[in-house]
Amino acid sequence: MKPEDYSRHQQELGGWQVMIETYKLGGVYHCTIANVDPGARFARADGETKAEAESRAMEKATKYLGQTRKFEV
Amino acid sequence: MPATLPSVLVDTEWVAQHATDAGVRVVEVDVDTSSYDQGHVPGAVGWNWNTELCDTVVRDIVPAQKLEELLGKSGIDNKTAIVLYGDNNNWFAAWAFWQLKIYGHEDVRIMDGGRKKWLAEARDLSTDKPAVKAATYKAGTPDLSLRAFLPEVQQALAGKQTALVDVRSPAEFTGEILSPPGLPETCQRGGHIPGAKSIPWGKNCNDDGTFKSYDDLKALYGAQGISGDQPVIAYCRIGERSSLTWFAMKYLLGFPNVKNYDGSWTEWGNLVGAPVEKP
Repeated sequence: MKPEDYSRHQQELGGWQVMIETYKLGGVYHCTIANVDPGARFARADGETKAEAESRAMEKATKYLGQTRKFEV
Repeated sequence: MPATLPSVLVDTEWVAQHATDAGVRVVEVDVDTSSYDQGHVPGAVGWNWNTELCDTVVRDIVPAQKLEELLGKSGIDNKTAIVLYGDNNNWFAAWAFWQLKIYGHEDVRIMDGGRKKWLAEARDLSTDKPAVKAATYKAGTPDLSLRAFLPEVQQALAGKQTALVDVRSPAEFTGEILSPPGLPETCQRGGHIPGAKSIPWGKNCNDDGTFKSYDDLKALYGAQGISGDQPVIAYCRIGERSSLTWFAMKYLLGFPNVKNYDGSWTEWGNLVGAPVEKP
């Protein structure tokens, strides 16, 4: 099988820059979200459509990002 | 470009042509341990870094016997050419590479660009686990010249003869955050080991996930006074990002004395009384 409809784009989510990567494989859309720096994938979801997979992944990502604290330096 | 480069890196086309050759085993190792199931290089086996590439009781790298079992069931013997790749510019592929070198496996390579480049090139993916004929593997005596433990890092700090390279993000280095956004916090203090140079791991790679050229890497480290003429210890949060930097310095730049401090910030940043520099 070859991945289809591959996309990768950066956007802000919950005050952080994230990279959203999505592709379709065998009828299922897979979406993963990584922090831009250092690039670790920390949320993912599947869906029947690209929008569904990305929406679910962003919901999880927003929750996890909300747990990251910033400190004064 | 040094002669070391081609022997440790293979490109995606090479993998597409040779992934199922006899004597070759392609292995995917990801930050996100579910990535393998979302489609992988046909013929590749998948390793889980947080259950299979560590001691799950004591905080340590994978024990020799457990590694032997993992490699054996992956169809790998001591002569197999292991080709590692993974997500996030081969972050955890480098972690596996480091451990395999500690245990003395001779022929280990990394697929340059990793999963990112493979996907971007729309190459074939499989969701099937390959049928693998088990092999027998014998791990070598651990080569601890590749690994730094806490006392050695403390000694490096006191002696000032060893360069410390902090490969975490700038925000982690300054102490603004304790761990990468979205990941659990696992230390009590933010900042860095005094005197460490900040060279984020991602600077080793190009936008397509491939490693930068020898000249670019030499300039990157040289700009911070890291030229390979002194011992170097790299660290990050748990030792996996720094294994990629260790790989770049040792195998792409040819630095003779480079160690990965896998205790990293989750050890140092939790130590009572350890000196911390901020920002």
